[in-house]
Amino acid sequence: MSIPDRVIAIIADQAMLEPSDVTLDSSLEDLGVDSLGLVESIFAIEEAFDITVPFNANEPSVGDFDISTVGAIAASVQRLVAEQS
Amino acid sequence: MKRVVITGAGTINALGKDVPTTLEAMREGRCGIGDLEFRDVERLSIRIGGQVKSYDPEAAFTRQQLALYDRFTQFTLIAARQAIAQSGIEFGDALSLSAGVILGNSGGGMTTLDENYRTVYEDGKNRVHPFVVPKLMNNAAASHVSMAWGLHGPSYTVSTACASSNHAMAQAFQMVRCGQSPVMLTGGSESMLCFGGVKAWEGLRVMSKDGCRPFSANRNGMVQGEGAGVFVFEEHEHARARGAEILAEIVGTAMTSDASDIVMPSKEGAARTIAGALRDARLNHEDVGYINAHGTGTAANDKTECAAVADVFGRHADKLMISSTKSMHGHLIGGTGAVELLACIMALRDGIIAPTINYDEPDPECALDVVPNEAREAHVEVALSNAFAFGGLNAVLALRRAE
Repeated sequence: MSIPDRVIAIIADQAMLEPSDVTLDSSLEDLGVDSLGLVESIFAIEEAFDITVPFNANEPSVGDFDISTVGAIAASVQRLVAEQS
Repeated sequence: MKRVVITGAGTINALGKDVPTTLEAMREGRCGIGDLEFRDVERLSIRIGGQVKSYDPEAAFTRQQLALYDRFTQFTLIAARQAIAQSGIEFGDALSLSAGVILGNSGGGMTTLDENYRTVYEDGKNRVHPFVVPKLMNNAAASHVSMAWGLHGPSYTVSTACASSNHAMAQAFQMVRCGQSPVMLTGGSESMLCFGGVKAWEGLRVMSKDGCRPFSANRNGMVQGEGAGVFVFEEHEHARARGAEILAEIVGTAMTSDASDIVMPSKEGAARTIAGALRDARLNHEDVGYINAHGTGTAANDKTECAAVADVFGRHADKLMISSTKSMHGHLIGGTGAVELLACIMALRDGIIAPTINYDEPDPECALDVVPNEAREAHVEVALSNAFAFGGLNAVLALRRAE
């Protein structure tokens, strides 16, 4: 499975949706993922890809990890996997 | 109903190992937060905290005592000893039957738990010290205080996360106020600064890596502290009859639950608690000169708390002072309200308002007088102490200057 597909699967699981209902341009808010759901999703992403995601819930928009859409998260994960492998 | 006063205070925390040193640090706006020092700290991404340093347990307690005292119990006993000494209270036969101990604590003996998990999981040993359970239980500190001073009255531990100490002190206040006992020991303690304790907190992604900056626009999370605060709450006539020095009077309290979210604070819940404490104390809004904020330095708490204060006090919100001493001693979780009550006592008794240090940039969502960076002299008649915990459990205390 590609990185975007795996990210979609993780977020779909968190949102209790089918992966087919999650698109790259969905925002977490659209999907009903709240702040706790976001923190859990990031944990699941770190475990799945064996990476460390620089995310602080106090300043979600600071840093390089873009959480604005599912696609943005997937792109950030792709970059972190490349950087941290 | 009886009037309730504070006749003794004790503490140990990152700012000092007693009340005078702690208050001096608060007056000077000194920061007690620094690099954490314990085993495996290099495996943490959060490596700062308000740790009690230059502390030698073996100088304070015997080897037999230390076999039973986790760090949170040690801190409690040190603070209780100071509070009782200052109060000058003697627990005679009758008093010792009614006086009790109500303390706040959240994590219990986290260091004991951490060390013994290491023993069985990491070192693969199949045997642990026989006293692990009595050492780590949350009520150990309350029990050891009751045993050390022979207090046979109602004694227990209140565990409501970051509001534990305020709930504990609210309970003790109510017991003295209703005449159940003329004297109660109360406050709280915490010691979670060990690898497992901080690792768990790291996971929530609310901790700052570089400092606690409550109300400042560039705040980025909480910083944990450790220590204890213990007080002697005494019925007013009882204290007067024995000529005790009165540090401050407790005049009201309120406790509420948001019943909404397990971690996010609620403006309505906070406002309802503050307003409830004022009502319980029969105070007018204008009476309040100082609020010791919950002020954790997280994005969510500080703006919610400021909005709640603005809602309750209206125009008076711009006249009162509100500061977060967590910027100096860190967030003591279950012990935090107890150490923070010292700032209220300092405001009422000494006329000195502890500052919010590390204040760099105004945040329009926290547009109150947060006493930035430098302590201030002011005459204060009434102070409040806020605590709004994870789990949506809130407790606010109202104090008045001693006559």
